[in-house]
Amino acid sequence: MTPFSFNRATDQSEALQLAERGGRYLGGGTNLVDLMRETVEHPAALVDVTGLSRDIAETPDGGVMIGAGVTNSALAAHPTIRARYPVLARAILAGASAQIRNMATVGGNLLQRTRCTYFYDVEGSRCNKRRPGEGCDARGGFNRIHAILGASDACVATHPSDMCVALAALDAVVHLSSASGTRTLPLTELHRLPGDQPQIDTVLHPGELITAVELPAASIAAHSTYRKVRDRASYAFALVSVAAAIAVEDGRVSDVRLALGGVAHKPWRASRAEEMLRGKAASLDAFRAAAEAELADAVPLNDNGFKIELAKRTMTAVLAELAGVDA
Amino acid sequence: MPITVNGSPVPLPSDPRVSLLDLLREELHLTGTKKGCNQGACGACTVLVDGERIISCLALAVQYDGRAITTIEGLADADALHPLQAAFIEHDGFQCGYCTPGQICSAVAMADEIARGLPSHVTGALDAGTIALTRDEVRERMSGNLCRCGAHNGIVDAILEVYGTSEAKVLEAAE
Ligand SMILES: Cc1cc2nc3c(=O)[nH]c(=O)nc-3n(C[C@H](O)[C@H](O)[C@H](O)COP(=O)(O)OP(=O)(O)OC[C@H]3O[C@@H](n4cnc5c(N)ncnc54)[C@H](O)[C@@H]3O)c2cc1C
Ligand code: FES
Ligand code: FES
Repeated sequence: MTPFSFNRATDQSEALQLAERGGRYLGGGTNLVDLMRETVEHPAALVDVTGLSRDIAETPDGGVMIGAGVTNSALAAHPTIRARYPVLARAILAGASAQIRNMATVGGNLLQRTRCTYFYDVEGSRCNKRRPGEGCDARGGFNRIHAILGASDACVATHPSDMCVALAALDAVVHLSSASGTRTLPLTELHRLPGDQPQIDTVLHPGELITAVELPAASIAAHSTYRKVRDRASYAFALVSVAAAIAVEDGRVSDVRLALGGVAHKPWRASRAEEMLRGKAASLDAFRAAAEAELADAVPLNDNGFKIELAKRTMTAVLAELAGVDA
Repeated sequence: MPITVNGSPVPLPSDPRVSLLDLLREELHLTGTKKGCNQGACGACTVLVDGERIISCLALAVQYDGRAITTIEGLADADALHPLQAAFIEHDGFQCGYCTPGQICSAVAMADEIARGLPSHVTGALDAGTIALTRDEVRERMSGNLCRCGAHNGIVDAILEVYGTSEAKVLEAAE
């Protein structure tokens, strides 16, 4: 590990000042410390922000404000989240292990980097995300876990977070702070597609601090779930995952929220499928047709073609389960 | 502020690169806590921080100033085994023993999570007040601790013997 200095920020302004001077924020360290030890990342200074914003509070308009320092465990355990946003609790509980969820923070989970093995393999592989312009060994390599949607010639990596898939479906809003002020961003606009700049994961400015994630009030969210398909039953990243919420009135889909994980460089909001479903009869055929439409542009690599059908079936099955339609 | 390890204050390392795991093993010579992968993937390094389980290999020691760490050395009461240690012996919950300290620390914290009614990935109703510690629940909740010797069945048996609720034992017997 390259030597670095360590500071704990006691408040937000101190964190921003330390970041201005080149400091890199540190949450639970479960991703950044790993990447530093693997020499993928080399920050010269770390700013511990776990002491900032650890509150989960209801907002005046019926939503929930989640501090960036809240641990993944605390968020999944919170009674309001369990009752009103089950998809979020389920997504978090489907990720990592109890030990890691106790350490991992909301801010760090959002900004965790890809688990592409070529990205990790500093000595042996080329990776445009690590060293822009050198090439991507995943594209012609073993790419079972890689992207089927929104990838580019330069990069086929996926975003690994489960939590973010639920947040994408829930229209979550990310609260940011920097020396030049504060701003908010829909979670679906935080992460980028790789294009020809795969080294840039998000639209954040240098030194920008995530202070909170806000869940808007949404009655549909109470009827939601998360399904994760992976190589073993627990403690594995998603091959494909689906976050879904649906409201059915008189047999018709009055509202629906859908997002996919494990398929793209960002949590994938399935807007096309949602549009097709609104107002339609809630049936297996309609769910399948919407899934087909969402995956219409999917491009398989050598080893991950199975993900396309897997994503369609998982979407269809989850919607059927939530809507009470026999699969 | 110092870190407290098994009740004793310990100074922070001067180099912030030192992981909590290396502090325990290399500087304090508490070698019960094991280093398996050093990447967060095996759970051999599991310790308790203020009673909650974490992996110590991805934890920078300097982040834990003022916190109370408990390792496997701190669980047993002098020469008396912790009930879970005795159950691991009884149920063949290990072969080589390398993963065992992590398994035991992890299970102690897991029992506390159950007592607090925290759901897991396999819990049916997220808002159920109490959770029956079934075999499936133990397997899911202990999935962060791998055993290369494959002693998992014995591990689950040992945990169920010590922490299984009577309700769970009835379910178990019915299976
Ligand atoms: C073995 C293993 C298995 C895992 N399995 C899963 C899984 O199945 N599903 C899943 O979703 N995840 C999984 N994870 C990933 C885990 O969820 C993340 O590592 C974790 O959420 C990161 O949070 P952290 O607080 O530890 O982040 P850190 O490692 O501390 O930081 C990550 C990044 O976020 C930045 N950052 C942190 N906080 C802020 C802030 N407030 N503002 C701006 N930037 C910030 C840091 O600078 C860094 O770039 C796994 C991890 C491991 C090691
Ligand atoms: S050594 Fe820490 S998880 Fe493997
Ligand atoms: S007993 Fe050998 S690794 Fe578990």
